[in-house]
Amino acid sequence: MQTVILYAATAVLVVISLIKNKQKTKKAMIKAWKAFENILPQLLGVVIVVGIALALLDTETISAVIGSASGWYGVAIASVIGAVTLIPGFIAFPTAALLLVGGAGYMQIAAFVSSLMMVGVVTLPVEIRYLGKRSALIRNAMAFVFSFAVALVIGKVMGEI
Amino acid sequence: MKGKMIKRYAMAFLAAAALGALLIFAPDIGNAALGTTLYSLEEMALIIPPIFILLGLLDVWVPRETMVRFMGEGSGIKGMVLAVLLGSAAAGPLYAAFPVAAVFLKKGAKFSNVLLFMGAWSTTKVPMVLFELGSMGAVFTFTRLGLSVAGISIIAFAAQKLIGPREIERIYENANNL
Repeated sequence: MQTVILYAATAVLVVISLIKNKQKTKKAMIKAWKAFENILPQLLGVVIVVGIALALLDTETISAVIGSASGWYGVAIASVIGAVTLIPGFIAFPTAALLLVGGAGYMQIAAFVSSLMMVGVVTLPVEIRYLGKRSALIRNAMAFVFSFAVALVIGKVMGEI
Repeated sequence: MKGKMIKRYAMAFLAAAALGALLIFAPDIGNAALGTTLYSLEEMALIIPPIFILLGLLDVWVPRETMVRFMGEGSGIKGMVLAVLLGSAAAGPLYAAFPVAAVFLKKGAKFSNVLLFMGAWSTTKVPMVLFELGSMGAVFTFTRLGLSVAGISIIAFAAQKLIGPREIERIYENANNL
């Protein structure tokens, strides 16, 4: 659904752009391609590495390590796993639900989900290219720490602590 | 040119070779890895092209003055809200937000607003929230969402302070040259 909206919106804008100015539209397309080709090699590498990493860790292993009795130790591991992996949201949430069924705790899952979405260790080179090393490291470090705060609040709300 | 090309794609080739080796020597793990990889590639192939086209159009059509007025220094609360809304309306993984953020900077958006935009893109994306609701339930989702809005705001302002004006200036310069 979101993909359909995205494509429809893009198509409409491209058509409007074409009607208004062909030259500018061409320039926009060239810019789009250059920006894409710029990060393509890194992305390809990252996607394959993460695919392999996820194949090595199955849901049962993860559930065991970040079980509801694992406490802050499990939260820390969950945050690290979230930080170093890159999973599309439409896989991440069903996976998180599976992990819960498999015995993972809400706190640990909250930390995992939060750091998965906000921290990107494998995409750091891409982030550094666009926003500089200092900015990328600070943003990621803060987002990592924040995942513990999320774990704490979710733990309270869900009655785990 | 060719040598540069090979160097740029070296990591991708190595990773692909590792995947190939797994497929031959440990087909169980190899197949699972291949499945996840294809999933991610599919996402990339589907979501990334329109985002980059929009990025190109933004770069060509939106004048600097407009960006400065809506999200620049002095855009105040409106600029912050707009940054969060734009990020939340986004689709696609966080790494697609970085080039967009760079164009925002190039066009004169305030640095903390760009950080807010990236924060929202990473964690309060509307399509993602719908997925979360379906898998994790309302209590979990809305608690995390509320907390995330506070979190990305704190991170945006604290990060801006920590990064410091000199480095921020360098980041703007870099964005201009991309």
